[in-house]
Amino acid sequence: MNELMSVRGCRQAYHKESNADLVVLDDVNLSLQEGEIVGLLGRSGSGKSTLLRIVAGLLTPTAGEVTWHGKALRGPAEGVAMVFQSFALFPWLTVQENVELGLEAQGVARVERERRAEAAIDLIGLGGFESAYPKELSGGMRQRVGLARALVVHPDLLLMDEPFSALDVLTAETLRTDLIDLWMEGKLPVKSILMVTHNIEEAVLLCDRILVFSSNPGRVANEIEVSFVHPRNRLDPAFRKQVDDIYAMMTRRAVLPAPTPQTADTGFATPLQAVSSNLLAGLMETLAAAPYDGKADLPALAGALQLEADELLPMGEALHTLGFGEIAEGDLLLTEPGRQFADADVDTRKALFAHALRTRVPLARAIRKTLDERWNHRSAAVRFRDELEDHMSPDYAEETLHAVIGWARYAELFSFDDEADQFTLEDIDAAA
Amino acid sequence: MNRRDLPAGLSGRHLPNLWDIAAIVAVTIVLLVIAQAGRGTLVPLAQLDQPAISLDPWRLPGYAVRTTLRMFAALAASLLFTFTYAPLAAKSRRAGLIMIPVLDVLQSVPILGFLTFTTAFFMGLFPGRVLGLELAAIFAIFTSQAWNMAFSFYQSLTTVPADLDEATRGFRLTSWQRFWRLEVPFAMPGLVWNTMLSMSAGWFFVVASEAITLGETSWKLPGIGAYVALALEKRDIGAVFWAIGAMLAVILAYDQLLFRPLVAWSAKFRFETTASAQTEDPWMLALLRRTHLLRVGGDWIERGFGWVTGLRIGSPFSGGTVAVRRNVGGDIVFGVAIAAMLGWAGWQVWGYVSSALGWGDLTEAVLLGGITLLRVVVLMALAAAIWVPIGVWLGLRPAWAQRVQPVAQFLAAFPANLLFPPFVVVIVAFHLNVDVWLTPLMVLGTQWYILFNVIAGASAFPGDLREAAQLFRVGGWLWWRKVILPGVVPYFVTGAITASGGSWNASIVAEVVSWGDTKLAAHGLGAYIAQATDAGNFQRLVLGVVVMSLYVLAMNRLIWRPLYAFASRRTTLG
Repeated sequence: MNELMSVRGCRQAYHKESNADLVVLDDVNLSLQEGEIVGLLGRSGSGKSTLLRIVAGLLTPTAGEVTWHGKALRGPAEGVAMVFQSFALFPWLTVQENVELGLEAQGVARVERERRAEAAIDLIGLGGFESAYPKELSGGMRQRVGLARALVVHPDLLLMDEPFSALDVLTAETLRTDLIDLWMEGKLPVKSILMVTHNIEEAVLLCDRILVFSSNPGRVANEIEVSFVHPRNRLDPAFRKQVDDIYAMMTRRAVLPAPTPQTADTGFATPLQAVSSNLLAGLMETLAAAPYDGKADLPALAGALQLEADELLPMGEALHTLGFGEIAEGDLLLTEPGRQFADADVDTRKALFAHALRTRVPLARAIRKTLDERWNHRSAAVRFRDELEDHMSPDYAEETLHAVIGWARYAELFSFDDEADQFTLEDIDAAA
Repeated sequence: MNRRDLPAGLSGRHLPNLWDIAAIVAVTIVLLVIAQAGRGTLVPLAQLDQPAISLDPWRLPGYAVRTTLRMFAALAASLLFTFTYAPLAAKSRRAGLIMIPVLDVLQSVPILGFLTFTTAFFMGLFPGRVLGLELAAIFAIFTSQAWNMAFSFYQSLTTVPADLDEATRGFRLTSWQRFWRLEVPFAMPGLVWNTMLSMSAGWFFVVASEAITLGETSWKLPGIGAYVALALEKRDIGAVFWAIGAMLAVILAYDQLLFRPLVAWSAKFRFETTASAQTEDPWMLALLRRTHLLRVGGDWIERGFGWVTGLRIGSPFSGGTVAVRRNVGGDIVFGVAIAAMLGWAGWQVWGYVSSALGWGDLTEAVLLGGITLLRVVVLMALAAAIWVPIGVWLGLRPAWAQRVQPVAQFLAAFPANLLFPPFVVVIVAFHLNVDVWLTPLMVLGTQWYILFNVIAGASAFPGDLREAAQLFRVGGWLWWRKVILPGVVPYFVTGAITASGGSWNASIVAEVVSWGDTKLAAHGLGAYIAQATDAGNFQRLVLGVVVMSLYVLAMNRLIWRPLYAFASRRTTLG
């Protein structure tokens, strides 16, 4: 087998003025061979999309080397094409013109361009739509245009950035099947595919090899070979087992993040994901009731609630953080406080939530303490934001604050004045 | 409302910073240099062999054509400026630091006050020839159009969607291809909208720039503006009405033949992924699209355009984006260099101006500015009180809104200075107080921006919210206060910023008017500038213009932008 692309010792970091560099990717190695489909699987923020952009030549890594056909990669290479999550179609160009774009950039003559574009459009099942504008098409049709646009340049490597995640379940499945059929029949003019996904089943369904990313900083935590023959059967017990294993792998890492220097010295700056208290209450009620009775298998729960791993895991972690639940080996368990919460009335729930915030979320405790000390019970949010940004990216800091504000409002621990960007104790009963 | 349908002045930073000050200084220096150069050439140019203007109405079509040609020449120049200045400012972070505040300041400068000197400057370049006058008129129109077009283009360039940007880089489009396939189309709706706003300002300027008077001497360029100026001198109110009629015809033609089709056509470049309600093509666009011969011609042009813009000029993006550490040292050097240059020039100017002007002049200009400010504020309040209820009433009735909206947009484009004479005649005849009765002239042309924006806001008001208010029987004042007014505020501000900026500019021609030998002057900064122009006192003129720019800038930064930001934060979900 021929090696198409290789990434060695890749590191991507953003410089921060106040503190240590913000590391997005750390020591990532990747090798792509001809004839395989490789998946990058991980949660949002694990740097998998960053790696895809490095491979595409859109980003130059801070350190490490990337080679394409044995030569160092400098900028977007010929022979690499990308399909975007958002489709990235030009709304002012017709389907035909969108597909011709890459050829035009190569300077292909008009007649030849039109012929090849039509061939690609037919291959992907869009014949008859040549003169339509993207906004006239459904999501699935748009992604077909995105695919045709990438295939028409006959790339050796096709990059796909969560290509099916913006589509509804049915459309996504049809498109996956069509893609894999074309691949198996050898009709795709590509030698290898690298795709980013956060959908575990999708990865197992399509890929020959899966790299599982851990977050913060992004690292390749596991490499998994998938050896089922196409077409794969989702209901096959071996298939289910592989999906379950990957689930367990991802939750293990989610709960026990490798202690980094940033988080070790202060619990104050633990990144939190904003999950609505409504969702948490709903999840606890579901867990407390039959058939789960306080314990649920995560893949099964995700299936029953029609949630992606990416959506369910933050909810489970929020329960874990607040002490209402525990995650262990791909299972979500309801703790005693969680059970109490599920059975309680509104006021008791708020009291339980406030207690959990005070005891288990240092940031919430610190904000409330500051407000209690102030004569006007107001405090600028920027102070806490700055402190958080010393330990995490501005986006994470904002998300963390957002999470704490939502929870504290529900628990009536403190409130927030958006116009003034201040925490306040207004609207808060003294009892909380 | 689509964000890019805003006048370019609305978005942007709120708080003035050092670069703004640098920009103000730079613009002031340029104004002074032009004024000085212009003044130097005045005397030898006093006698110019110029074509005579006739008040014969049959000459009007010819004059109208010449006026229109000047207009489009200026538009071409503005587009050229837009396509060079904006990309330069967008591609170089350092250049952008100074270039963008300069644009922002220029948008607020009442260039109308400078007409005389720019005219003299261009006549100096082409001594004894009408070409100088023509170029001066075109330049004047250009200065009323270019800034907000460039600003709008710049803003589009810096907000190109990330995924499309990656797509063009990934497919290795060259910089030339990228410009024409991504950047220009993406900027198109905002650019067309701002061009339309610019054109309205341009009509105002073209009329003003065709007849320049300086002391004893006056120059006239054949055109509608010169025709009106002559009618004023001759006290011929009939001729004034002929000119108004001709202007109406011209604007109607340009609106129907050019701008309606252009706006409808540019909708295809809107960056939206859902198909929005299709409005019917304006008749001109329908004609172009459906007539076989015209379509074939259009296809050929399109093919040629596609070929030229598809040429592989420039190089594809290479090297990838490196997370660069900002070169702080370089920034400091750049900043110091700019500061030193401006400081030196500013010092020269200060020495020069302070020899002719004292603190008393500054106080006078600022106080007069206060009077004009009062006028603008009162006018905006009055216009709001009148047009907001009417606009809401119309906007909530789609059948009415559809009919009135084009009329309001049309009225906004009409050069209001053509409408002054009838008012002046009335004021003279009844001996009205000029300080009060000249005031409404300032808002004559600009109030329509408020009307058509409020209509747009009311039409876009969500149907479910109206139904909810109806079901809860919210009515009367409560309905205005809690339901509809918050919904239309962002739209009102959008219109008001254009209207108030235009009113400041109009004050220069509205605070001093004449009818034959009778001259009427109100107290205000506009009159101050106009009188300084007449007297050829360029130090006072520059002072007046700079003070007015500062007022406009302050009003935009301290009132309109925060108000707009507040209103749009409060009135959007999520």
